Amino acid sequence: MPSYIIRRLLQIIPTVFVALSFLFFIFFLLPGEPARLIAGGAERNVDPGVLERIEERYGLDDPVLVQFGNYWQRTIQWDLGDSYLTRESVNEMLGEKAVASLRLAIWAIIIEIIVGIAVGLLSAIRRYSIGDRLTTILTAAASALPVFVLGFVLQYLFAVQPNKWDWPEWARLRTSGIGPDTWTFFFIPTGEQWRYLILPAITLASVTTALLARMTRGSMLEVLRADYMRTARSKGLGEREVVLKHGLRNAMLPVVTLIGIDFGTAIGAAVLTETTFNWPGLGSQIVTSVQQRDLPVLLGFTLSVVLAYALVNLIVDLSYAWFDPRIRLGKGDHG
Amino acid sequence: MVDAAVTSSSSPFTRKDVLLSMRGMRAGFTTDDGFVRAVDGVSFDVQRGEVLAIVGESGSGKSVTAMSILGLQPTLEIAEGEILWKGTDLLTMSEDDRRAVRGKEIAMIFQDPLTALNPVHTVGRQIGEMARIHEGLDKKQARERAVEMLDLVGIPEPRKRADMYPHEFSGGMRQRAMIAMAITCKPDLLIADEPTTALDVTVQAQVLEVLVDIKDEIDSAIILITHDLGVVAGLANRVLVMYAGRSIEVGTTDEIFYETRHPYTLGLLASLPRLDDAGDEALVPIVGSPPSLIRKPSGCAFHPRCRFARVPGNCQTDDPALRLVAGDAHMAACHYAEELSGVTVESLRSMIDFEAEAARIDDTLPAEPLEPEDESEYEAALRDVAIAEAAAHPGVMDRGVRDRGGRDGSEWPAQPEDPRDGEVAP
Repeated sequence: MPSYIIRRLLQIIPTVFVALSFLFFIFFLLPGEPARLIAGGAERNVDPGVLERIEERYGLDDPVLVQFGNYWQRTIQWDLGDSYLTRESVNEMLGEKAVASLRLAIWAIIIEIIVGIAVGLLSAIRRYSIGDRLTTILTAAASALPVFVLGFVLQYLFAVQPNKWDWPEWARLRTSGIGPDTWTFFFIPTGEQWRYLILPAITLASVTTALLARMTRGSMLEVLRADYMRTARSKGLGEREVVLKHGLRNAMLPVVTLIGIDFGTAIGAAVLTETTFNWPGLGSQIVTSVQQRDLPVLLGFTLSVVLAYALVNLIVDLSYAWFDPRIRLGKGDHG
Repeated sequence: MVDAAVTSSSSPFTRKDVLLSMRGMRAGFTTDDGFVRAVDGVSFDVQRGEVLAIVGESGSGKSVTAMSILGLQPTLEIAEGEILWKGTDLLTMSEDDRRAVRGKEIAMIFQDPLTALNPVHTVGRQIGEMARIHEGLDKKQARERAVEMLDLVGIPEPRKRADMYPHEFSGGMRQRAMIAMAITCKPDLLIADEPTTALDVTVQAQVLEVLVDIKDEIDSAIILITHDLGVVAGLANRVLVMYAGRSIEVGTTDEIFYETRHPYTLGLLASLPRLDDAGDEALVPIVGSPPSLIRKPSGCAFHPRCRFARVPGNCQTDDPALRLVAGDAHMAACHYAEELSGVTVESLRSMIDFEAEAARIDDTLPAEPLEPEDESEYEAALRDVAIAEAAAHPGVMDRGVRDRGGRDGSEWPAQPEDPRDGEVAP
């Protein structure tokens, strides 16, 4: 097991290297000179002398391969450089935004796990009931609804309307921003913070929750037909125990895989939700950096997203061994 | 519901110390094509301590019959009948009461132990769970009980095995574990659904041995569902032969094997290969395939495949009732059961023109059940000759089955004693 974990961690290195190198070269293939952007934008006429100084200062006049080498040298030491635009340290920016992203992602995943699995499970057990049919329709709708539409609707219903109609204070949520940014245990909101957190978390969770509910339903339906479920009933177990003790864990394998992927996505690619709710996260910053050709920020943020993805997937794979003892981790060691 | 007269003690089935009594059971499944009459009027008793074998082809309704006792098929629709367990009808019991019977009083051994055991729980936990449900043992006590049970069914190093998962067991060991689980609460009745079918031949004998030993140890009755007549011969006291959802012959194992009174049973026996056979005796197949349970043939459901059927005649028009044909409890559902007296596997074989038969099988193989009008004049003649000839060669059958050693079960290949019962899966 420890050797398996070490091997998996080592595998992250080539993944990160390839992903970032690819991004690095793509950047230089794209039209538009970075120096001009740094100087104030592509539309402006800039003094060539200024451009030169900028290129020299940022090392942009070096051959691309030299720049590439320098980049990796710094990155290995976790020095992600400064933003071309704001001169802010990328490490510092990352600290702020990654934490905000992570907190939002954690809550989205908590909602996804609780609601998705519960709904999927009930749907499978009461197959073809009204509740099941309703769930099927709602999950299809939820996964088809654009995230920003849902975001706007929620903002309107729970943040705008309550103020208009003078709802009690406790029922008023906030439309946007990170809020007072007060937390305990890293991710539990304190004070007024929850009013800012709850709507983006629900919005970010919506699509994945719907998919997870469908996945859970399908997986559980398969398990309900399994021979060992009949065996469990033949022992005299009640239906609830049969489902929870014998069925659930067997049905969780594909579900856990999906949760892992969703968590990675929620950390790094929650662009629409972050934008709609003005939540300062990684995803929206990455999009901004692409638009602004802010290479250090783009690379630094992408690096952290790739790392988060890889770690979450490692945790998911480790959890397989618990969910299904037939899966032996590190079997590859023996060929 | 069957009326009181039928269920009263006047039934020829009723005997002393009856544990389970299935009466007039009719049940089936609704499908898109129609209602599948899987169990069509089956009645039988199981006495304390006896082994009743239910025999039949796939689709004869034997598994459904057994499963209906525990109520494990949610889609099964029971049209009529009752299943008396120690005098109380299981079908009208509350779900809670029925659950209390499951596992504790009636336990089930399933066919394929790999899929029937939960892959994510240890074997010990699955066995111990039985005791936790019905005897309220705590986790530790349940584990101890599981170890004890594994030891009882002859699994070496039971303490270590209890913590292993089903996939780490070999097929034979899995089935032993399954048996261990079933007997944890010392049930009065074990239902074994094809307990050896999924196993290697070499392991089958060992598992059956365990089953026999256990039966003596805990003194429970067994309903053994199988299509393997070798298993029946070695284990059962009585046999119920099923065809197309009906019981067509019931009797002691001796009666079924040596004084067969139904053409279908005779067909089953004749299609059985014999180990002592020099290889020159052809097997006698039962021509055709089992009938659709949605649209059964008119009259006797077996008549399209029957070598002795009188078509046209009452075989085609009247459904024969199960009736007493010999002794005090040998029953068969055949209009001409008496004429089969003296017909044996040997005499049946001697009267068949195998070349003509082979040609006929080739013609009919695309397995729609034969319709009565399919019978040629030749076949009608063949049938007349068959009955006459068979009667002329009495007593050959005795030798046939006895030679095979069917009675004491010694036709199971003798195994060198291997306490480990095969290797552990890698």
